[in-house]
Amino acid sequence: MKHKFNLKKVLTLFSVFFKIGAFTFGGGYAMIPLIQKEVSENRKWITEEEILDVFAIAESTPGPIAINSATFIGYKIAGFWGSFFATFGVVLPSFIIISLISLILTEFQDIKAVQYAFFGIRAGVLALIIKAFWSMAKVCPKKTISYILAALAFILAAVFNVDVLIVIIGCAVIGLVSSLIAERRIK
Amino acid sequence: MIFLQLFITFFKIGLFTIGGGYAMLPLIQSEIERLGWLTNTELVNFIAVSESTPGPFAINISTYVGTQMGGLLGGICATLGVVMPSFIIILIIAAFFERFKDNKYVVGCMSGLKPAVIGLIGSAVVSIGATVFFPAAVSLSVFTTPQFYISLVLFLSMTVLALKKVHPIIIICISAVVGIIAGFILKM
Repeated sequence: MKHKFNLKKVLTLFSVFFKIGAFTFGGGYAMIPLIQKEVSENRKWITEEEILDVFAIAESTPGPIAINSATFIGYKIAGFWGSFFATFGVVLPSFIIISLISLILTEFQDIKAVQYAFFGIRAGVLALIIKAFWSMAKVCPKKTISYILAALAFILAAVFNVDVLIVIIGCAVIGLVSSLIAERRIK
Repeated sequence: MIFLQLFITFFKIGLFTIGGGYAMLPLIQSEIERLGWLTNTELVNFIAVSESTPGPFAINISTYVGTQMGGLLGGICATLGVVMPSFIIILIIAAFFERFKDNKYVVGCMSGLKPAVIGLIGSAVVSIGATVFFPAAVSLSVFTTPQFYISLVLFLSMTVLALKKVHPIIIICISAVVGIIAGFILKM
């Protein structure tokens, strides 16, 4: 599909994704319902079915889901400049807020009460990561090879300090080879 | 050349992040530790900041590390780096392969990547757990400090709340209040 540069559409995309970036706490997965509502329900830019496809692709390609979805939806609606402004829009609120915070966070950390607060918060953050771990484990395919790879990745990274990149690439290759072998067996 | 290094490092992190949320945590942790950009404690503190501010963790952490290391320009380089791989890959897919997600090679790689990310997050839990419970060094004397038991009780109760789908911001607020009260009582 070819798109002409359409200023109005591109600016609307920017403002919609800016709003999504500014009002979702907790990142990619939290954005999905909001994107769906804005892009599909309110503006009818793309169908419900298409947007589910977008999220499926956003999940199965490298990169954060929020960025992937914004780029993809922007392209579908207004071509290259659509994807550029949608992505720029979703990134900008975070960028502005965090730049401001980083100016003051270091000074704040010298205050006794803030140090105590962070002492408590670190235990809370660990709980949040356990929660993330648990929700991801729940949706992982229930196959023997998945369990083996998860255990292998854990042991290599936690016990043997193997480079995370090597673990990721290695597991992708094992997954690919084993699924190709499985496919050949079926034939 | 810090700007180039920020861009390249976060480009690599963006390229090898599969899935949302904390999927990029293990890679970020290993990279910023290797380069000495943040300590593990600073990283955990920042996760709390990121949970309490809008926007995806990926953008928040790259902007934060970038601005800490190289000011505003550093922030731009790091954020641009983390966004770029997604942007390029998705543009190519959107333009050429609409059927990308059904491709058997993609499906095959994903079947290995999903469990790998889970294992890697498990390993991040271990090292972040070590930072929380053994802030100085792993030693037996930690078990005699009240800090250890406060962290433990707080962690266990917050895990119950998190699994019951209580909002992260509420969990962070409760933890902060408990931390402040405990800190002033114990004069840590």
